[in-house]
Amino acid sequence: MKYLLMIYMNDETWAGLSERERDAVMAGHDEFQRLTRESGELLDTHALGSPSTTAVVRVRDGDPVVTDGPFLETKEYLAGYYLMDCESRERAVELAAMIPDSRYNATEVWPVMFSAGVDV
Amino acid sequence: MSPVLEVEGLLRELAPQVLAALVRRHGQFDACEDAVQEALLAAATQWPAEGVPDNPRAWLVTVGSRRLADLWRSESARRRREEAVFAAELEDVEVPARDDTLTLLFLCCHPALTPASQVALTVRAVGGLTTAQVARAFLVPEATMAQRISRAKQKIKAAGAKFSMPPEGERDERLRAVLHVLYLIFNEGYTATAGDQLLRGELTGEAIRLTRAVRELLPEDGEVAGLLALMLLTESRRAARSRPDGSLVPLEEQDRSLWNAAAIAEGVKLVSDALSTTRLGPYQLQAAIAAVHAEAPTAAETDWAEIAALYALLGQMAPNPMVTLNHAVAVAMVRGPEAGLAMLAGLEGDDRVSAHHRVAAVRAHLLEMAGDAAAARESYLAAARLTLSMPEQRYLLAKAANLA
Repeated sequence: MKYLLMIYMNDETWAGLSERERDAVMAGHDEFQRLTRESGELLDTHALGSPSTTAVVRVRDGDPVVTDGPFLETKEYLAGYYLMDCESRERAVELAAMIPDSRYNATEVWPVMFSAGVDV
Repeated sequence: MSPVLEVEGLLRELAPQVLAALVRRHGQFDACEDAVQEALLAAATQWPAEGVPDNPRAWLVTVGSRRLADLWRSESARRRREEAVFAAELEDVEVPARDDTLTLLFLCCHPALTPASQVALTVRAVGGLTTAQVARAFLVPEATMAQRISRAKQKIKAAGAKFSMPPEGERDERLRAVLHVLYLIFNEGYTATAGDQLLRGELTGEAIRLTRAVRELLPEDGEVAGLLALMLLTESRRAARSRPDGSLVPLEEQDRSLWNAAAIAEGVKLVSDALSTTRLGPYQLQAAIAAVHAEAPTAAETDWAEIAALYALLGQMAPNPMVTLNHAVAVAMVRGPEAGLAMLAGLEGDDRVSAHHRVAAVRAHLLEMAGDAAAARESYLAAARLTLSMPEQRYLLAKAANLA
């Protein structure tokens, strides 16, 4: 069963961390990727850019309307995700708890319903 | 049949026997498994062109054993002396005994493994599917499936499992685990739990093939016969279960002329014989229910009273919320939707199923029968939100839309 683990970020929380804490989060991702690659559970991961680099596209009456910024104006935004293959929802939650950001912010766990692509 | 297909079928039948022979003689399940895969690969490339050898099993055992010897040779020089003995043994290659396949199945369904790993290992080791095929069937990358299988093999090793039949006292329980794994393989193919395809023929076909093999080994076991009958009767509806666009057709709307009459006849005979000659069990009861559906000339002529009685028996023998759910449907057909809804109410507080889309879907169906269109629509929408199968979701949303 595939699960999408979505990491939500809060700039204030991040700015409040010490240099060492931030390094630990970064290093934690390397370790998390190594572990889950070895267990065969990691399928895919991407980190996303800052909300200031995003755009929202709507097509109205056939014309695209593009606005800068994310869809929802919130303090927390999607910073990246892990796509996992694991045996149960319990395991997906366990993996989400291993993501270092979960200590400071939050990670959402969504089951995947449909996949397509070269090798997903 | 083309020579390639013929060889492929032969190899899949021989794979577990060859693996069992190697494991029995040399131990080391994972090394033997690699060796068998290579022997199968060699056969798949050579046989279609050069013809099938006179004794294909012996050929595979010999090639597999040589590959093992190569493996050990490169591993350590210390083994050289043993290897001389080993090479001499190759002269009298013995055709493996048939019941080794069952031992192999017991090993793959070892209690130290999670059901997901038992399934992966069984399909690969006993089914003889390549890792790529198993990965495709379960919609995961090959590397992921390779890891899952190798983790399973390590766990077996760590658990100290031996290649021998479990002791007499445990055998019955272990056989139930084997049947459960075969049932899971079948179900995964029959209603894919996630994804855009409703049916995965590779898996249902494999599950039936393996269950047939177990039945050949244990012809006296009523539950093995029951499970095979259940699979055949369920699979007989395959052609009628989905439309060309992949959408789902419910049982009562299926074109019964598309049902596979030969599979139905075989399934009905199997379950009737088992019911009259062996101890009653849950698979036989489920097969009997499937047989009542299969033998009804039209949906309206279904003997729901018989089905309700069989579910009541099943509920006593193997209580489980999914049985209660199906029992409720049958009761609604006999005594009216209110009686069915009353049974469903008992499932509300059951954590195992209260969030399952099937409960909401059945409730929607019964509410629709009762004429409460608004509540039925709500329940269909709730069920659509909970399912992770695209065809099921499309079906449930269409039902909701019809009631708007």
